[in-house]
Parts: sequence; C-alpha cells; structure tokens
Amino acid sequence: MDQNEQFRIKVGLAEMLKGGVIMDVMTADQARIAEESGACAVMALERIPAIIRREGGVARMSDPRLIREIEAAVSIPVMAKCRIGHLAEAQILEALGVDFIDESEVLTPADEENHIAKQGFKVPFVCGCRDLGEALRRIGEGAAMIRTKGEAGTGDIVEAVRHMRSVQQEIRRIQGLRDEELMAAAKQLGAPYEIVLQVRALGKLPVPNFAAGGVATPADASLMMQLGAESVFVGSGIFEVGDPDPKKSEEQRRDQLRMARAIVQAVANYDKPEILAQLSEGLPKAMKGISAAAIPAGEQLAKRGW
Amino acid sequence: MARPRVGVLSLQGDFARHGAALAGLGAEPVRVSRPEQLRDLEAMIVPGGESTTMLRLLEATGLRAPLEAFVRSRPVLGTCAGLVLLAKEAGELPAPTLGLLDVSVERNAYGRQVDSFSCPIQVPALGGPFDAVFIRAPRIRRVGAGVEVMACASDGEPVAVRAGLAAGLAFHPELTPDRRFHRWFLTELAGLALPAERAGAATAQGSGGRA
Repeated sequence: MDQNEQFRIKVGLAEMLKGGVIMDVMTADQARIAEESGACAVMALERIPAIIRREGGVARMSDPRLIREIEAAVSIPVMAKCRIGHLAEAQILEALGVDFIDESEVLTPADEENHIAKQGFKVPFVCGCRDLGEALRRIGEGAAMIRTKGEAGTGDIVEAVRHMRSVQQEIRRIQGLRDEELMAAAKQLGAPYEIVLQVRALGKLPVPNFAAGGVATPADASLMMQLGAESVFVGSGIFEVGDPDPKKSEEQRRDQLRMARAIVQAVANYDKPEILAQLSEGLPKAMKGISAAAIPAGEQLAKRGW
Repeated sequence: MARPRVGVLSLQGDFARHGAALAGLGAEPVRVSRPEQLRDLEAMIVPGGESTTMLRLLEATGLRAPLEAFVRSRPVLGTCAGLVLLAKEAGELPAPTLGLLDVSVERNAYGRQVDSFSCPIQVPALGGPFDAVFIRAPRIRRVGAGVEVMACASDGEPVAVRAGLAAGLAFHPELTPDRRFHRWFLTELAGLALPAERAGAATAQGSGGRA
C-alpha cells in the first residue's frame, strides 16, 4: 500500500471519531465506565494529567500490561501516549496494537527539537498544537489528527480557547491570501507550503481537529465545539470527579459515569442550549482544578512541542 | 429541479463526509440528531463511527423509535457502524440494533486499526471494481434468506448487502472520491432524480487529506 493510501486509512479512523468524546482512563474499570457513558475511544495512561501535575517527575509511556488490560476491557478504539520524539515508545505502542498514538506534551519530552517521523508507522498519530504553524508541521510529519492544546490537568478551559481561536483565525487569514503571498505565509508559519495550499483550498485543516486540555464540564465541551473543534478529549475532567475515599468508591464511580455521560451528550447536542441546561443540572461537582494563569511558564505543558 | 433532501444520522461519526458526498451529487444533505429533523426526508444514511456510542445517543435523544419507523418504510444506507446498526444480529451491544437487514455481523472482526486496509472489490451493480476502505470494519458472518449480496471481498466474504430499501456496506465509500455507490443508492435504490451535478464536484470532495 502506498503512503497516500495508508494516510487515507489513518485519517479515516480520525473521521470516525468525530462528534465523540475521547476519555483518559487509568484502569480497565475506568475504561468500562468511559465505554458505558458513550465515549468513542479511550486514552490509556498510568496517570491522568492532573496527577502528573501534582506528583511531578518524568512522565513516560504507560506499562504495556495496563494497555493490554484496557484493550481487553472495551470494544471501542484504544489510544496511548508516547513522549514527544520518542520513536521507540511509539514502536512499542504500535506493536501493542493501539489504535492511535498521541505524541503528547503531557508526557516529558524525549527530544526538544524533533518530533517523530510519523509517515513510516501503520498506526495513526494525533499531535497537539497551539497555532496553525505547529499543526501544519505535525501534519507534514504525518499526523492524522490534530488536537489544539489546552493546559492539561488544570480543568481551566482558557488555554484551549486561546489555541483554538488562534488556529481558526490563522486559517481565515490564509483563505484571504493571494497566490503569491502563500510562500511568505508558509515561511512565516514555519509550515510546509503544500499543506498551506490545502488549508486555503479547504478552509480547514486537512485532518480532523479536536480540542483537548481543560475540558471539565458539558458547557466546556460545547464551547470548544462551537469554536470549531470536531470532537473533544477529556483528560482529568472525569476521573478527578467525586470523593476519592476508597470507602465511597461506588459513589465515586456513579459520579464519574454521570459526568462522562453528560459530556458525551453535550458534544452531540453542543448547539442546543436547552439540552445543555438539562445535562448540566445537578451534576457532581466538577474537578477543583487550578487556574492556568497560576502556573509558572516553565511548568506549562502546552508550551512543549516545536 | 428540487434537490432531494437526504438525511444523515449525525449523532457521532463521519456524517460530514457523507454530507459532502451527497452535496456533490446534487442532493441536499440534512443532519439528523433530533426526531423532528426526520420530517420531509427522501432517504437516510447511517454513517460510520462508534456503534456503541451511536446506540447510546439514539436512546438519549429519543431518536430511536422515529428513526426505526423511518427506515422501515424509506430507503436507508448504512456504512460500517451504520451496517452494524441496521443488522439483525451484531453481538453484544448496549441496546438492540434496528434489525432491518437479516444478517449477522461481527464488530471489529478484522482486528485493530493496524489491520485496517483498502482493496478493490467487484460490485456488479456498479459495473465493475470499487476501491473499498475498511476501518476497524465489521464482517458479515451470516446472510439471511431474502438478503442479496452486492459485493464480496477477494476471499469470497460478503462486504455489501441489500434487502428491500435497505443496503449495508462494511466499508466506507464516503472516504474515497468515487461517488458511484452514493449515486447508486440515491438513483437506483431510492429512485430519486438528481439535478445536474456540479462540475467536478464528485472529485473535489474529501480525498482523505493529502492528495
């Protein structure tokens, strides 16, 4: 199969995930909660971003055993994260049969200059971006899906909004350019010229664009959809919900399932405020979170990626 | 000439690509995520996506009963997860399928995403080969009496079936620029008249990204 055909199949799976919610899960039981709530895929990882943020240290690819357990627990697609530039982790995840690899800034980067050459893999990749140039560089490397970055693990939507608006504004600007201005635009964006041409022709990214980072409520999910996301990732927003006291684990499971269901339905009904109002009523308390503005520049995950 | 209004179930999945295919053929795609949106539609497409998610959202939105009534009397095309939803049997799922096509399907039966593939299949109704894209695709394990097999893969396994006004495909005709399957559905199965197609529309839409 040639690389164009291979890419069509990779983007094809991203197309199938549109309008759905991809949930971070840390155990097979959480994966089952996600599937039961209507998630269209799960992201298998050892620590959700909020915990990585609290505990610190180097965050790496998950234990293959955890990934296999989660693959066995659900019938929906399973994604997993590798570190930026860590091609060996990506090869291992491909060998494990994950359906999508997230080359993610949430983990500690392995390379501060280069991302993985993603065309050579059979498994599709999703990568984060803060602006159009970063998105198009990742697509140039072979990413089959883009997610605009928020500040993961905060429960604060502000960074996701900033980056989604930035991407959409830059796309509109490209659409208004004349032929002879496109090379200068590509140079300024640091993006492959051919993909800039595609963006002008399509008026959107040539691969699906999802939102991630900071989504904690049905309203947050609706907001990102209205700003142009085709689907959302929810990281800490579900499994940080509820009382972590082990004696109340049944109660916590119920709370998490309710929040998960509400966010799934909010994405499907993102443009219907009366339904969003119903979905938001009496929900368990959303994750406490931390204001993204309170995070020192050096600790902002979204800044990772080049 | 009026453009025929064709619904695309838009709860989750690649409804946008089907919409683009329909528009390219001169039909008017209508996104359906609420019961009232089924009014005045000539036909319906149930797209690919996650069948478990779609089944749950059908229940949550109150769309299930009206959709079931619609597809029992009007033309419907299901692709991939859409085939799963139309099938009579599809293994363990959170809610019963619509049961319109008397076939048994097995979800994700080719394996995981690394096992997804594309290959040409012979489709007599289209007069020849068609490039079919299979993504975590279902396999049709049993074909009931009264169900016609429209196409088989090279191993002889059925990958497209029809019965009455319903057709189900294990693959994704909306992901390739070839619009013959959509045109067959609209004109042959649904008996709709299409206005003159926009020049080049059939090839301009969605080549899967980097052509």
